[in-house]
Amino acid sequence: MKVYLDNNATTKMDTRALETMLPFFSEIYGNPSSLHTMGQEAKKHLDFARNTICNLLEVEPLELIFTSSGTESNNMALRGVAKALEKKGKHIITSKIEHPAVKDTCKDLEKNGYDVTYLDVNKNGMVEVEDLKNAIRPDTILISIMHANNEVGTIQPIEEIAKVANEKNILFHVDAVQTMGKLELKPKKIGIDLMTFSGHKFYGPKGVGGLYVKLGTRMTKFMTGGHQERKRRPGTSNLSGIVGMAKAFEVAELEREQHCKQEKELRDYFEVEISKRVPEVIINGQNSNRLPGTSSVTFKYLEGESILLRLDYKGICVSSGSACASDDLRASHVLLAMGVPVEFAHGTIRFSLGKYNTKEEIDYVLDIIPPVIEQLRVLSPFWNEFKK
Amino acid sequence: MYSEKVMDHFSNPRNVGIIENPDGYGKVGSPACGDVMEIFLKIENDTIQDVKFRTFGCASAIATSSISTEMIMGKKVEDALELTNKAVMNALDGLPPAKIHCSVLAEEAIKAAIEDYIHKRDN
Repeated sequence: MKVYLDNNATTKMDTRALETMLPFFSEIYGNPSSLHTMGQEAKKHLDFARNTICNLLEVEPLELIFTSSGTESNNMALRGVAKALEKKGKHIITSKIEHPAVKDTCKDLEKNGYDVTYLDVNKNGMVEVEDLKNAIRPDTILISIMHANNEVGTIQPIEEIAKVANEKNILFHVDAVQTMGKLELKPKKIGIDLMTFSGHKFYGPKGVGGLYVKLGTRMTKFMTGGHQERKRRPGTSNLSGIVGMAKAFEVAELEREQHCKQEKELRDYFEVEISKRVPEVIINGQNSNRLPGTSSVTFKYLEGESILLRLDYKGICVSSGSACASDDLRASHVLLAMGVPVEFAHGTIRFSLGKYNTKEEIDYVLDIIPPVIEQLRVLSPFWNEFKK
Repeated sequence: MYSEKVMDHFSNPRNVGIIENPDGYGKVGSPACGDVMEIFLKIENDTIQDVKFRTFGCASAIATSSISTEMIMGKKVEDALELTNKAVMNALDGLPPAKIHCSVLAEEAIKAAIEDYIHKRDN
């Protein structure tokens, strides 16, 4: 059996989204920026896709910039705002559990004379709003906090953070890559100024994402070229990708509640069972408000990669830490920030369920995991010391 | 990412376990770094009669420990001391650059166990 439990890394495309894309490779292939009929026809579809997404987010079409990825959107937001507001101040607030696309961009900005505060999280993986309030300075220009964490799935209190940011007149950026299409998200209503998303996390295509930028937000462009996306993001529009992402988002919003419920039921069942069947496990962030399909499990006295590969032999795809960090030998910065001891952080596996997973698949995984863990623990000096 | 040899030794590690009252024992690495290896030796007349290991770590840490035990089995201690991380890597048909430290750890674990034996023998 093949079981894909790495939906926070990427998802299988929804066939409805895929079918929507197909005509845009060899039939409607005009450049939306061309003046001729074919270009204008393409432009019509580009506008339609933009309107679809903006209507669902309840934002204006002028407020959406299409990009190539969540990473690009995060870079655009952080670097763009930092540059535009450098005369106002050079202080940015973020958290210790951000995705590398935010974390490493902040590190880079530090090298360029910016000051960044990385907020701690509590043991449940949550940013404390009081800590945020205390970190604000007169020269703070931007707060960037992710909506849900990609590794443990904890959902941050962005409504409260937005209130604080709005009161203090500080721009608020949200990396919503893990929540778009999974949770209700109306950036204007919440008070978000910039918001990142990525198509392939909600059953859309890879290579396309977006950034919501509230009208009037000052942001310097970081690429130069043509006049696409109102000159804010030059480069020929990825029309097939944009159209596919819009359809995927439409479908995701339509079916959101049903999939959330289904994923949560399966995830909760998985966690109850795994805790029963395998000794010495920790479910990270279990007491927090979490994404419905994410489960971060620490198998004490083991190292994550060996578990991942043994599960892969049995057709089960999971992740240790995050896929973006698979070449990185250090323990997860997210788990360490939550106070998980470093040796336990190494033994953590992320199971991320999606809308295509079934009870039958979860039962298969639950049968496979206990012997895999037992075999690896025989090898582990720490497990044997613990058993003594 | 990994060679077939690495996957073979990871899936079916050889000489797993411990030796009670070993003639030589070595433990290297740290849990914080994600790799710890333990080597147990049974030695008679300066010849390695048996080797066992236990390892906490990734697939390559397990594979390097496993193949190292095979490489020194039956050898004279002075020959076993010649084991290098390069030889371990070659025996596994290579390791990804990020995992080379595992072969270094295997070499260190074997050497620590043999040195423990020599220390006991000479004192």
